[in-house]
Amino acid sequence: MKKNNLLRNSGLQSMLASVMCILVGLLVGYIALLIINAEGAWEAITTIIKNYFVYPTELAQMKYLGNTLVKTAPLLMCALSVLFANKAGLFNIGAAGQYVVGAGTCLYMALGLQLPWWACLLGAIVAGALLGALSGFLKTQFNVNEVISCIMFNWISLYCVNMLLAKVKETTSPYTLGLRANAPQALLPGMGLGEYFSNNQYVTIAIPLAIIVSIAIWVLLEKTKLGYELKATGNNKNAAKYAGMKENRNIILTMAIAGGLAGMAAALLYLTGFEQWSTSQASVPGMGFNGIAAAFLGGLHPIGSIFSSYFIQHITAGGAYVDKTLYCAQVSDFISSLIIYLCGFVLFMKVAMNRGLDKADEKRKAKKNEGGKK
Amino acid sequence: MALLIQYTLIFASVLMLVALGGCFSEHSGIINIGLEGIMVIGAMGGALMMRYLPEGTSAPVMIVMVCLAAVLAGAVYSMLLAVAAINFNADQTIIGTAMNMLGTALATVVVKALNMAADPNNVSSTIEYVNQKKAFYFNIGSLELSWFMVIAVVLLIVSHVVLYKTRFGLRLCACGEHPQAADSVGINVYKMRYAGVLISGILGGLGGIVYITSGVSEWKFENGVAGFGFLALAVMIFGQWKPMNIALAAILFGLMRALSNVYVAFDFLAGLNIPGTVYNMLPYIISLVVLIFTSKKSRAPKAEGIPYDKGSR
Repeated sequence: MKKNNLLRNSGLQSMLASVMCILVGLLVGYIALLIINAEGAWEAITTIIKNYFVYPTELAQMKYLGNTLVKTAPLLMCALSVLFANKAGLFNIGAAGQYVVGAGTCLYMALGLQLPWWACLLGAIVAGALLGALSGFLKTQFNVNEVISCIMFNWISLYCVNMLLAKVKETTSPYTLGLRANAPQALLPGMGLGEYFSNNQYVTIAIPLAIIVSIAIWVLLEKTKLGYELKATGNNKNAAKYAGMKENRNIILTMAIAGGLAGMAAALLYLTGFEQWSTSQASVPGMGFNGIAAAFLGGLHPIGSIFSSYFIQHITAGGAYVDKTLYCAQVSDFISSLIIYLCGFVLFMKVAMNRGLDKADEKRKAKKNEGGKK
Repeated sequence: MALLIQYTLIFASVLMLVALGGCFSEHSGIINIGLEGIMVIGAMGGALMMRYLPEGTSAPVMIVMVCLAAVLAGAVYSMLLAVAAINFNADQTIIGTAMNMLGTALATVVVKALNMAADPNNVSSTIEYVNQKKAFYFNIGSLELSWFMVIAVVLLIVSHVVLYKTRFGLRLCACGEHPQAADSVGINVYKMRYAGVLISGILGGLGGIVYITSGVSEWKFENGVAGFGFLALAVMIFGQWKPMNIALAAILFGLMRALSNVYVAFDFLAGLNIPGTVYNMLPYIISLVVLIFTSKKSRAPKAEGIPYDKGSR
């Protein structure tokens, strides 16, 4: 009986469902590898799962663990952005665009205006928040579906940011100027964290900051009046309104916070100097979309997202190590997009699990009754 | 000028085909955000067919085979959405988003694997079709037109007739407006929704192959289709889910895309000194503005995005 109750726990069910998604995703990925080239498939799939463990020395392993973490921080922030909006019943597909304006703002403030890192970070948050709030405003005032307006904003922001950052790009390439050489004041402080990762200069306060924010989001959602109101608005807009909650204000606020998180995500990546923005990119960067994956894989829980973000980044980075003479690095993109696809089935899995449990319960009850008759 | 008309027409054909696809899917009640992914897969199907057809294939055979390959690839791929959304009540937005990512990743993996199998030193995700492409084009005066434009116009008329004049079309719309009511008079909502998604796969796949054969003669699949699927969504909304309006919206948005490619050739436009990026951005801005003015009394199918549950009322 006790085991039964445990299985009915919603958190555990989410976790089981996520593990299922991962396993099925990896399995299909493995089958794809087998089809491409049967001999190296097992090695390739283990390489993807191993990621930096393919390096023989601990020094190198720590360094590349650092690199994986550097990219996990922004992914986690995007995941938080998506899940926060989701709690209020909104689908923030615009995390990608809010991430883009965040990147544009912080890079321009750093390279063009030569501002210090905290100002750039704040700027990115504000820019993302404004864009998010705009989507929320259009929804409340004009009934524009947030998914559609966000998709439009994703592309508008991409083109705007490309134009803006063209002012601070290298003369011979489409990439923005290197932060380390041209705006060292804008680099996020390392606080000596890099030393733990074989002097990885890209490991900064971004990583602990992202974890702190995810805990803060959990507290905000679970322990505050605002969080309660947002969730109530998400569950039933009309009931929330009837109970005296300002549903319009809540929707705009939710989108603003979600946007701010996505904007911050960009700052946490670009202000480490790990990547430069290419002003000639013709498609919206995938980080925001991967955030959707991480959010759903993490069971829409802030703490779960920490693990799912790390996992997705881990296998994405692992893809870079597969034997390039046999496979391509995009195999890991393939696997992670499969996993998101499977996340769409989580609800069904939960329903099926509960139905199975109900049946088992009924059978047991029926047996008991029969036993009683005798 | 000829170049501008040419580009406008070809981009308009792409947008129209894909937007019509989205229109069918949404009228059946399924939101198809995954059009971008469907386009990529359709483009891949068509491009592979062009590559593997023997040299010297006559033009009509080439056109038919390539179209069939693209349509089939798009249709099969769209089943990912249909199964998830119709049988498993999955969230259509997540599935669509996943399909967009999956489309590019899958196409890249497949094309790279095939390229590597053919030549171990070729690790690119590019397919070339310089000669094969010629089959699709014919000239009227100085205008170089594509057969795809003809196909697009035919399909537009067919779509309009099917959607408004046939039993099937009206039933399809009923399933997107009020599925319970449709079911109560004996329409199989699940079948209708499958049909809607399947048609969107067919048209989306076709749009994909039209797009990658417009202007260029090779395609790098790592780039996906650069947002054309999303632009088609904008066309569909601007066209308010009606085929004829979609056609007009497609021409307008196609013109803007074309302008961003060739505006330098016009003295007065080049003189305005507007960067090409602005023309790329305009369609999205226009659709947002349109949305702001029309969303209060939106023509969007009422039940779209909601999984059909027989028990609810």
